[in-house]
Amino acid sequence: MDFQTLVFYFLSAILVYAALRVITARNPVHAVLHLILAFFTCGGIWALLQAEFLAIAIILVYVGAVMVLFLFVVMMLDINIDRLREGFWNYLPLGAILGLVMVWEMGMVLISRNLQVPAARAAVASGVSNTREIGALMFTDFVYPFELASVVLLVGMIAAIALTYRGRNPSRKYTDPGRQVFVKAKDRLRVLQMPVEKD
Amino acid sequence: MFDHFVVPNLQPAASEIFLLVMALAILLIDLFVKDSRRTVIFALSVLTLLGCAVIQYAGSAFVTGVGETTYTFSNMFVDDLMSDMLKLFLYLTVIIVLFYSRAYLVDRSEMNKGEYYVLLLLATLGMMVMISANSFVTVYIGIELLALPLYAMVAMNRQSLAASEAAMKYFILGALASGLLLYGMSMIYGATGSLEITAIAERLANGDVNGNLLAFGLVFLIAGLAFKLGIVPFHMWIPDVYHGAPTSVTLLIASAPKLAAFAIVMRLLVNGLHPLAGDWQVMLMIMAVLSMAIGNLAAIVQTNIKRMLAYSAISHMGFMLLGIVSGVVDGNARLATEAYSSSMFYVISYVLMSLGAFGMILLLARAGFEADTLDDFKGLNQRSPWFAAIMMMLMFSMAGIPFFVGFFAKFSVLMFVIAAGHTWLAIVAVLFSLIGAFYYLRVVKLMYFDAPQDKTPIVDGPDMRLLISVNGVAVAALGLFPQFIMALCVISLRYSLG
Repeated sequence: MDFQTLVFYFLSAILVYAALRVITARNPVHAVLHLILAFFTCGGIWALLQAEFLAIAIILVYVGAVMVLFLFVVMMLDINIDRLREGFWNYLPLGAILGLVMVWEMGMVLISRNLQVPAARAAVASGVSNTREIGALMFTDFVYPFELASVVLLVGMIAAIALTYRGRNPSRKYTDPGRQVFVKAKDRLRVLQMPVEKD
Repeated sequence: MFDHFVVPNLQPAASEIFLLVMALAILLIDLFVKDSRRTVIFALSVLTLLGCAVIQYAGSAFVTGVGETTYTFSNMFVDDLMSDMLKLFLYLTVIIVLFYSRAYLVDRSEMNKGEYYVLLLLATLGMMVMISANSFVTVYIGIELLALPLYAMVAMNRQSLAASEAAMKYFILGALASGLLLYGMSMIYGATGSLEITAIAERLANGDVNGNLLAFGLVFLIAGLAFKLGIVPFHMWIPDVYHGAPTSVTLLIASAPKLAAFAIVMRLLVNGLHPLAGDWQVMLMIMAVLSMAIGNLAAIVQTNIKRMLAYSAISHMGFMLLGIVSGVVDGNARLATEAYSSSMFYVISYVLMSLGAFGMILLLARAGFEADTLDDFKGLNQRSPWFAAIMMMLMFSMAGIPFFVGFFAKFSVLMFVIAAGHTWLAIVAVLFSLIGAFYYLRVVKLMYFDAPQDKTPIVDGPDMRLLISVNGVAVAALGLFPQFIMALCVISLRYSLG
């Protein structure tokens, strides 16, 4: 077994474990943390396949977006913030271990470069950029699904607004910026003529 | 780098482009329309769909006379006679849906927003993409573009707890089904090395693919498709969603998407995985029998008519599959075109009946009253003999009683099931249809032989009355003259399947 296969099995084992914990963890916060680990490890496997653009994209987009999801879970489940702070020391060991595993994985990728691992058999010719290829395909061969995907995103926006926007409530304290910018000094300030008082 | 790229031929997708542009325009126009003048948006939506129909018809082989299949967008989009015909029926269905739901929406101001119409148009775009898909990517994007607006429309009535629950269930199960479908697609991609449906068919025909991987992929793909079609054992969402959703949305979910679902079954299984017909036929056969059994038996105990029609939809989709499983016999596709066209005829006639049945519920509903229990249909004959007669025709047709369109749909499917040599399957189908006749006839009994619970006169506008009358009469008339649509189905599939 060469080094690459070893790295693959190592990352896969972590990925399978993390994915299993996502669905078995009782605490939603733990589940989300393991989901982040799963995405991160997945990025590692893609990097192993020399799809470095996708590897970076999954970490930027998913891990970034999942942090938002994390916030949503915390807000929606109505978890008391004080109680969450109380549990900081309980979460710390798990969070620290998961963080260390990620650092370890990143380290492995860096070290493997120094170890001069032989390239995969299906290696792409040098000088061909992954990012450039994906970009070119997206706007040529895959332009139809790419445009439709943007329509799907638009539907998501319309749906979210239609389901949550409840109109302006007049009893709420609210200022209309459109009217606010047209305010003149005399609307707010009244200069009174008063007789001068003498002692 | 872009040397190999040629600008795609946009003409076959003209109606899709028109619909998208109009939907975005309506979204903007709606900002300047007052709530009391929402009819403008309604009229624009109807005009958009009519425009699509004209563009589709002008570009189709019915006018140009060339029945050949066109591929565009790097073979991701296919325009053939089958897609032209299904899309024309789709526009008609969505226009009818719009007219039926109009009064219902006006009575419920919370749902009568511009977004409702825009989401409906974008869902239609999703169905069009599904019908014309020639790649796993476009199949998937089409499914999502259909499902996402539907989730939102189900939840749009925010006061109703049942609607929120239905939307939640629909959303979670829909996401799970998409996951299964994608998993299956990725395995088939792994086995064949292509996402393009016609290319997959070629590679399978040449052999030399990983059989194990392919079998796993097929199972996941069929599970995902069954979820979307609502076939046992993946039917759990159907009754809750049909019941919980506002009736105008149920009307949409129960009609147009069935046409698109038929199209992707044809594209994926018949066009793409045809060499595996021996495998998927057995799976679909088992699911069809289970759907007819559970659908028809569970419908008997329902007291809510939307729930009853949901179980009836499950059994009808099972029956429709029978035509698809009898296409290929012993690797010989002799009867295939005719068998598939009988399924297509079944779907079209089911959509017509389903439109009518849910349209009747909308006709009886008024502000603050849903008219969705069986008791609400009691004594309809005394309130309005004409609409009771139309409902009776719709129920007779759904039950498959002779000389309504539902009878010919069932008859033609059974004919090919027997021709394919599955006599036992035909007997089972007939037995469950007989059981199913009980609950359809119960509605007729309630309308004619029970005293009405409320005697409020029916107040809907003339357009609604006219359209639902035409719908009911069409169910009877197409039963007497089914040849025209039947011939259209056969011709379109003959050209499309080559």
